Amino acid sequence: MSGYTSVTGDERREMLAAIGVSSVEELFDVPAGVRLDRDLDLPDGLTEAEVYERMRDLAARNADAESEICFLGAGMYDHYAPAIVDAIVSRSEFLTPYTPYQPEISQGGLQAMFEFQTAMTELTGLPLSSAGLYEGPSTVAAAGYLAIGATKRRRFVVSGGVNPESRDTLATYSAGYPAQVATVPLADGLTDLDALAEAVDSETAAVFVQYPNFVGAIEDLEAIAAVAHDAGALLIAACDPIALGILRAPGDAGVDIAVGEGQPLGNRLDYGGPSFGFFCATEAQIRRMPGRIAGETTDVDGRRGFVLALQTREQHIRREKATHNICTAQALNALGGMIYLSWLGRRGLVELGELLVRRTHYARETLAAVDGVSLLHDQPVVREFAITFDAPVGRVLDHCASAGIAAGVPLAEEYGNGLLVAITEQRTIEQIDRLAEVLGDGIALARSAGAKREEVTA
Amino acid sequence: MSDAVVDPPATAEVPTPMQRDRATTIYERSVPGRRAAAIPASGVPGGDVPIDELIPSRLLRDEPARLPEVSEPEIVRHYNRLSRRNFDLDSGIYPLGSCTMKHNPRINERVAALPGHARLHPAQDPARAQGALELMWSLERSLSEICGLPHVSLQPSAGSHGELAGLLLTRAFHEANGDAGTRTRVLTPDTAHGTNPASVTMAGYEVVKVATNEDGGVDLDDLRAKTDERVACLMLTNPNTLGLFDRNIAEITGIVREAGGTLYYDGANLNAIMGHSRPGDMGFDIVHVNLHKSFSQPHGGGGPGAGPIAVSERIEPYLPVPRIERVEAGSANGSNGDAPHVRFELRGAEDHPASIGRLRGFQGNFGVFVRSYAYILSLGGDGLAEASETAVLNANYLLARMSEGRAGRYLPIAFDRRPMHEFVLSGSEAKKQLDIKTLDIAKRLLDHNMHPPTVYFPLLVDEALMIEPTETETRESLDGFADAVEAILAEAEQDPEIARQAPYTTPVRRLDEAGAARNPVVRQDLG
Ligand SMILES: Cc1ncc(COP(=O)(O)O)c(C=O)c1O
Repeated sequence: MSGYTSVTGDERREMLAAIGVSSVEELFDVPAGVRLDRDLDLPDGLTEAEVYERMRDLAARNADAESEICFLGAGMYDHYAPAIVDAIVSRSEFLTPYTPYQPEISQGGLQAMFEFQTAMTELTGLPLSSAGLYEGPSTVAAAGYLAIGATKRRRFVVSGGVNPESRDTLATYSAGYPAQVATVPLADGLTDLDALAEAVDSETAAVFVQYPNFVGAIEDLEAIAAVAHDAGALLIAACDPIALGILRAPGDAGVDIAVGEGQPLGNRLDYGGPSFGFFCATEAQIRRMPGRIAGETTDVDGRRGFVLALQTREQHIRREKATHNICTAQALNALGGMIYLSWLGRRGLVELGELLVRRTHYARETLAAVDGVSLLHDQPVVREFAITFDAPVGRVLDHCASAGIAAGVPLAEEYGNGLLVAITEQRTIEQIDRLAEVLGDGIALARSAGAKREEVTA
Repeated sequence: MSDAVVDPPATAEVPTPMQRDRATTIYERSVPGRRAAAIPASGVPGGDVPIDELIPSRLLRDEPARLPEVSEPEIVRHYNRLSRRNFDLDSGIYPLGSCTMKHNPRINERVAALPGHARLHPAQDPARAQGALELMWSLERSLSEICGLPHVSLQPSAGSHGELAGLLLTRAFHEANGDAGTRTRVLTPDTAHGTNPASVTMAGYEVVKVATNEDGGVDLDDLRAKTDERVACLMLTNPNTLGLFDRNIAEITGIVREAGGTLYYDGANLNAIMGHSRPGDMGFDIVHVNLHKSFSQPHGGGGPGAGPIAVSERIEPYLPVPRIERVEAGSANGSNGDAPHVRFELRGAEDHPASIGRLRGFQGNFGVFVRSYAYILSLGGDGLAEASETAVLNANYLLARMSEGRAGRYLPIAFDRRPMHEFVLSGSEAKKQLDIKTLDIAKRLLDHNMHPPTVYFPLLVDEALMIEPTETETRESLDGFADAVEAILAEAEQDPEIARQAPYTTPVRRLDEAGAARNPVVRQDLG
């Protein structure tokens, strides 16, 4: 109830006298017709302890990954985020400043951006990285905007293996750009190359794929790049940054723009945000990149320093000609990502990737052996795979939830009736075995309940 | 007590310890073989097979990505060292105009870190995320009341994202009315923030600039001349980026509404008017709220933030999905006297067929919602109104202090009207009479351990200094800021070169930005 202000009654009087008015109301040069002549209809303020209690009660009504076994993914994953991420990002010096417009007193943030950019270019195999955008799907849409500027074309061809939320976001933005969006289906878990070749034409600005794709399969980027580039289109890949630790770098396979959701890199789940989006591209796009970019330079005494580089792309300079409208981004989350990558380090990221591959293949075999479960595809996977079964997904999930397991994310209709199952290093072999058991029971129960209902209706 | 440095040096003859400490990147601390994380064994029964038996080698990397190889103590030292090379709000006044650098309450961090929030997966079944959905719904209702508009979407990730959302909503609205094809223009005043015109272009519209009158408000004649059936929308900030509340606001919104356009309110300056005036009551259709400004989300060195939008009835059908719905089940008529069972649901495009669709992944920047909702709970309705009052009081007090003495002489106010939570001075006289630029004043302030105001914005003011102290500064810190500016101007009367060469005490001194633009080095060369 303090309002976090300091002014006492005496001070207020003195300050008003210094201003030369007798009341605060006089300071509000607001026409009478638009003044609110009543109090806001909101509850009275609470003490800090009361706020804590209220928020704790709300939090207690959520089933979080600490209180159940979480196999949920679809873009965000329950990785272990080390304590140093929290410790560092909650330092006032990182938490409370704003965008580094005054570089002399923002070297910490600027250098962290520079380090982040370096790490992301290493992961993606592309020479340019922005310091980060909002999150995954809107970053996919941002890549589309760049492609329109680069190719002067207004048609997108999107693989059905791209996260449906990214596709939806791209479609939303495309109503404004404007651009048309065509979708190419999957065949056996991978983008159907024949259908892709047919869909891509001389009006196509960009082809969008996901790597690994939404159902977990690893696309053949080189083959897709050939199709895109033959038509003069850019290839945009939405990538899982953890998987990039072991998979061929998109830049080495012909991808022009690699983007993605940064949450897996040491960021909290936070029910979907804040996290960050990463955006990397070929040298050709240097004047079209969206978002802040830190660059190295020197000061008047020759000391090494960092500044916001290439600002003539940005809204505060170029206004309606800017390459993107972004201003406040997700700098603190990108810093968290950089700390996480330093913590994993060069070998740790590979070891983590290999661990995921092994446990995920184990999980897939184990679930495939469950009565009633089929695999959507049997392509190699890194950390996620899709299963289908002939029982109502909601019922199966409810059964698993009652056993303390969030078994997976329901598949969209276009993929089939089933679940997307994600594995992290926090999911043990025992937990995977338990999932198989509970899922099997759930499917059996849901089927017999369904059969009974049919009997009744028949 | 003010946190100012009392007598900053006027030369850089003796470098500070920080200046002698050359910037070293984490890669330069890397030693092959060092590490921090321990990765568990896979534990897969039967032992590990080579990875290329599971994934064909043509899909695999040949060489690991060159990430740093460092131990945990090294990581902590490195980033602590970096952190000391930042100035931050917790160290001193940060009167960055248009950015509302108010105190970030630490209770908000504590409740955001509760596992029920921080470790809640966004794809969790909504039935098992009821606390999160109730929190979001409650925040929506609070923002609706504060903005005076009935419907809210929390989805946009920042102000600029809210602007884009508003323009896409505008397009959907005109499409439904059958005149999207002819309404191609969006009006923005010449005082508008850069994100406004950038968003207009991204949404496929053409920017038409409206002039500012001598009052610092929208020039009504120019507005009338440019408002016709081609106008899709007017985007306005009120109080505007001069800190001035437009006296003709009702007339302005009336003109555009009459011509069939939508009205977009850039809520970056909401901190001036919470509980005193509401954009909905001014006639606006769509408002974005920067939760990282008025609602205390820490700025994080450039985010995260969130830019929820509140909208009028006529815009509601097009709001982004998913939307949160509060459903009362059980005793629908309340006839049996039991409290109705309430649940919250996420509704998609099936239920909202006219929606523009989704603007991002999942449900939005939930962690930001937690902090801002905690802030609203802490202050309550009265507290929010009081926060705005104090923000306006502090700004006007600081302006009074800066209207005296040398600041009054060299840094006159750009538009001589009573400002609200921020005000804009012009450094044109300092440039003429003292031969120092606004940039020099800003850089010299750094030696006083103060963050400079926003400079060179808004564009229509020559050598602009845009000053927003916020309600959480003490009178001493306001006095300290006014004194520091006074000292800088006095010093410049004697020797303008001191300001021109400033800063002297910061970790690095003026940086070669032109060089960085000509020859961009935007990642480390790892050989
Ligand atoms: C007046 C105004 N409008 C819009 C914005 C954009 O908001 P955001 O940075 O959250 O995208 C800002 C601030 O950055 C602003 O000051």
